[in-house]
Amino acid sequence: MALPNLLPALIDLVAVLLLALGIKGLSKVSTARSANGLAALAMGLAVLGLLIEQPLSAQAWLWIAIGTGIGGLLGLLTAQRVPMTAMPETVALFNGCGGMASLLVALGVAIYSPGGAPGLVEQISIVISVFVGAITFSGSIVAMGKLQGWISTPAWTQNSLRHAVNISLAVACLAGAITLPGSMAGAPLWVLLLASSLLGIGVTLPIGGADMPVVISLLNSYSGVAAAAAGFVVGSQLLIVAGAMVGAAGLILTQVMCTGMNRSLVSVLFGGALGGVAPVGGGGDEAGYTRITSCSAEECALALEAAERVVFVPGYGLAVAQAQHALRELSKLLELHGVEVSYAIHPVAGRMPGHMNVLLAEADVPYEQLLEMDTINPEFPRTDVVIVLGANDVVNPDAKTDSSSPLYGMPVLEVDQARQVFVVKRSLGAGYAGIKNALFELPQTAMVFGDAKAVLNGLLTELRSMGIGKK
Amino acid sequence: MSALTQALWVLLLGSLLGLELIGKVPPTLHTPLMSGANAISGITVLASLTLIAQANGQVPLLLLGSLSLGFALFNVVGGFLVTDRMLAMFSRKSSRSGGAR
Repeated sequence: MALPNLLPALIDLVAVLLLALGIKGLSKVSTARSANGLAALAMGLAVLGLLIEQPLSAQAWLWIAIGTGIGGLLGLLTAQRVPMTAMPETVALFNGCGGMASLLVALGVAIYSPGGAPGLVEQISIVISVFVGAITFSGSIVAMGKLQGWISTPAWTQNSLRHAVNISLAVACLAGAITLPGSMAGAPLWVLLLASSLLGIGVTLPIGGADMPVVISLLNSYSGVAAAAAGFVVGSQLLIVAGAMVGAAGLILTQVMCTGMNRSLVSVLFGGALGGVAPVGGGGDEAGYTRITSCSAEECALALEAAERVVFVPGYGLAVAQAQHALRELSKLLELHGVEVSYAIHPVAGRMPGHMNVLLAEADVPYEQLLEMDTINPEFPRTDVVIVLGANDVVNPDAKTDSSSPLYGMPVLEVDQARQVFVVKRSLGAGYAGIKNALFELPQTAMVFGDAKAVLNGLLTELRSMGIGKK
Repeated sequence: MSALTQALWVLLLGSLLGLELIGKVPPTLHTPLMSGANAISGITVLASLTLIAQANGQVPLLLLGSLSLGFALFNVVGGFLVTDRMLAMFSRKSSRSGGAR
């Protein structure tokens, strides 16, 4: 290797090392933030290495400046403006754009062959890049639309018709892929592009909101694969390594999420929305409940006042009501009163694993008070009061005892072991899974109906009027 | 070793590394990790830049490359910043001793 080529090669090596250290560091709380910076630095180094290596014309610089300016600015604005509750959608959007970038590169190489006529390896890589890139893009956009509530689940996607549609699309992709090498910029390319994009939609559309995080994580893994394929297309080893690392890491993360929800990847992808469009067995109807006790904020406040140990179980409903800050207020007040307060975080609380931690961190809840399921479950028997806020399926005791329940086998927070349980909920409507919750009918459970934020503020007022928090 | 074999080795070792890197992650960090990994997958900026460098003055190629660069950088810049925003909340927590605020 000639000496002038050595510097970019060295820069690439350092970049790969830093990227690997970055991903590793991201998996520990203490190092996560600096690791994120490290990965960003690595990305900058990789770009620098490429710019040193490739001679660029003034015209090329101009186009680079345009792309950098627009993409970078939009990214900056989005990252600053987006609310924490909308994080899953945001990741989906970013991810789709990454897939689109790989797709566009492959299209450029296929149509204009800038580096000479593509050989077989390049052709195969172009096929993979277009296929995976298009699926990542259209799938991510559908996932975002579903999470935002812009797109609902059409009824036809819940029967076997969708399998017929998706299989036809897959066959069309295959036909395009096989005939592509014969005519690089011809019809096969466009067939492949169109069929892959539709397949991305067809696969994502039937999946219910509860399973969407798994899909986003999987699509995240795909965008790594698309990047690696683009690496083969343009002959960049750095791109191959980084794409492969993200692809593999994304798969692991997807698997971890599936385990947390007791769903297999196959059933997420092919099983349709959990519970279907029409809830099974009338579950989700208020009429399904018979022995419900409801109580006022005042009674709940009295129980809190007398408690020694209180556990809050926050769910996505809490975040929707923007009640994290009110919850933090309440727990500070209770701590002042000498009550031991902690938060039980189910692995899939929120809309994405770890989402709830982010939302509570935003509200200044001390990290040490957030207890994971395995830590908190043995503590419930010695807990006086549990308050469930906007969580439902993750506290359903049927998951442990009723083998006919669709949730059976899913690890849940065993709040039914506590002395007293208050469930704050707008109505008796069903959770994501669309089934009845046996917890609501237990003798120690009382429902406090209302919006989470309103109820928490009500509790604050009651407790303050009892003189708690004042000297 | 041919360029292809070498590239395949790189692919294999990169994948194995990726599988090993995040074996044990606390659930707390799943969302930031997903978002961080997503930002890294925007490394495809390298492909966009290569396309522009090889365009040789062909405007459609420059346009495609620039568009692709824009999408990739949206992913990279947005991804890293939003991840940092999330993680900043965690580190503020762990560095602060109780009682402040």
